[in-house]
Amino acid sequence: MTNSPSQKTQEKLLEVKGLKTYFKTDAGIVKAVDGISFTLERGETLGIVGESGSGKSVTNLSIMRLIPSPPGRIVAGEVLFEGKDILKLSESALRHIRGNEISMIFQDPMTSLNPFLKISTQMIETIRLHQDISRKDALEKSIEMLKLVGIPAAEERVHNYPHQFSGGMRQRVMIAMALSCEAKVLIADEPTTALDVTIQAQILELIKDLAVKLNTAVILITHDLGVVAGMCDTVCVMYAGKVVEKAKTDELYKNPAHPYTFGLIQSVPRLDKAQDGKLFSIEGQPPNVIDLPDCCPFHPRCHKVMDICRTQYPPTKDIGGGHEVSCWLFADQKEHSDE
Amino acid sequence: MSNTQKKPLLEVQDLKQHFPIESGFLFKRQIGAVRAVDGISFNVNEGETLGIVGESGCGKSTTVRSISQLHKPTSGSVIFDGVDLVNAPTQQMLDARKNIQMIFQDPYASLDPRMTVRTIIAEPLEIYKKRGMLDASFTKRAIEDRVEELMERVGLNKAFKNRYPHEFSGGQRQRIGIARALALNPKIILADEPVSALDVSIQSQILNLLHDLQKELGLTYVFIAHDLAVIEYISTRVAVMYLGKIMELSRSSDLYKNPLHPYTKALLSAAPIPDPEVERKRKRIILTGDVPSPNKERFGCYFYDRCPYRMEKCKSNIPPMKRVDENHEVACWLYE
Repeated sequence: MTNSPSQKTQEKLLEVKGLKTYFKTDAGIVKAVDGISFTLERGETLGIVGESGSGKSVTNLSIMRLIPSPPGRIVAGEVLFEGKDILKLSESALRHIRGNEISMIFQDPMTSLNPFLKISTQMIETIRLHQDISRKDALEKSIEMLKLVGIPAAEERVHNYPHQFSGGMRQRVMIAMALSCEAKVLIADEPTTALDVTIQAQILELIKDLAVKLNTAVILITHDLGVVAGMCDTVCVMYAGKVVEKAKTDELYKNPAHPYTFGLIQSVPRLDKAQDGKLFSIEGQPPNVIDLPDCCPFHPRCHKVMDICRTQYPPTKDIGGGHEVSCWLFADQKEHSDE
Repeated sequence: MSNTQKKPLLEVQDLKQHFPIESGFLFKRQIGAVRAVDGISFNVNEGETLGIVGESGCGKSTTVRSISQLHKPTSGSVIFDGVDLVNAPTQQMLDARKNIQMIFQDPYASLDPRMTVRTIIAEPLEIYKKRGMLDASFTKRAIEDRVEELMERVGLNKAFKNRYPHEFSGGQRQRIGIARALALNPKIILADEPVSALDVSIQSQILNLLHDLQKELGLTYVFIAHDLAVIEYISTRVAVMYLGKIMELSRSSDLYKNPLHPYTKALLSAAPIPDPEVERKRKRIILTGDVPSPNKERFGCYFYDRCPYRMEKCKSNIPPMKRVDENHEVACWLYE
């Protein structure tokens, strides 16, 4: 689990450092992503969990530089992909990375395919955009990819229109397209949220298999803690545009440090453990991220709130084994145990 | 917990809800039917929560809509408190329906954006008042008081009663929807995925609220969700639906421990559990394929196409509901 530093620098595929994406609105500046950092290693699966509005999707759109500007703007930070800063690349260099090196699956399979074009047309277009091959070879490749993601009778199905596929099948087509250029990083933004549980299980299994087969690193964005538990090696928990906790999956579920993570894990009913009485619940509403003051954004809902939380944002502390948390509870503890 | 001798509050018998598929422009003719609910029967006892789970398109929502007579059922009967809602005269049906209220899934779509919170919550009262089916004691003042009382009961500040829905967050809107459902003091609440559109932290707040309300007001719930963990938590008994049929009906604590139907097993194994250690050890039953179209009339088991244990018999015989013990019924030829 712990790599020596020299090894680690070699394996680093994607590194996000202090990324800040702000949106200018009439009501004020929305700090959708406010200084987050994480690294993704080759072949690793990283989960980003958080509730709606916590900045999960904006983080990943920023990585691909797909933030509509204006109103959005990447204010600060670096996104290093194999050492190159994506944020500084020219548009044409960027096009080479998008789809080729980093590709993306979106949440809604119903709207991410063009309903007017055959699957074959859409897949050939994607492949030929990135690889210099003939239409015939591209078609062959499409069929091969569709087979890989488990679409029966791929030779015939490739000529169908999107409406002839069910939701789960369309998501498979999206995955096939995303992987057709052998991208090194796959960003899956809530890939199964719109799907039923049995189909969700199929798709997750598929992503897991393909990630191993093609040695793809995956960033999985989700709000479902169950999905993260089954899929990810490392997890980042986001709240109001900040990463509040980051740890190996096992460690996070066993010892959630941040009160928000703790609350999140406690507040979902569990299938394997019958509960009576009340669920743990995080009181209050998610924060409004417009003009957020420089305090811990979680303090109005925190059950362990202290005075300092209301005035200052806590520093990020490593509490052992790469388990990082931004909470004053631990900032203090660390100082005491440091003697 | 065995309430078999008690009379159920709601009895659904062989309920069918088919929607016609028509073709033609001026002279429409029926060329088929979507069999959304295809013959289901169950009872709901007073004070309990019946959970209904299933994938999208399995007929969960249609079931509760047919119960509340938002659709006129194709056949079958819905007996509430001794009144058969399907065949009763309108006046009698409306009177009985006062006791049946619904909470909807989407808190954004289920509240009229042009109405204030006060108007939304008071609307059921106003409607029944206009029909002359409300106590004479419900004056304008009394309605106003009732709205405030309801808002406080569901955890909303009553000072907000003149605000519009867009000023509230998803969780708060769902509270407005709950207050509206409670306005007429119903006996049974049909909750159609009330928490699936909400964030995790808000979801537990609403589940706790529903739990408290049930205890205090002695409510009966029919609760729909596609999240098995939520269903297991809130329900007394659970019905698992597939393609418009009930596959298994059991006490909720038994369902996870001892699922019988192959579909229930697959569904349970597909539901992720938020614990990486448990997840790693679990064996998944991955169902192949998708839910087939409900437009076709079926003569065998409805789950036949995707069942890992299918037998020759299943192809041409519809398995009846079989009682395996007092509180556990299953429709599968494996348990004959």
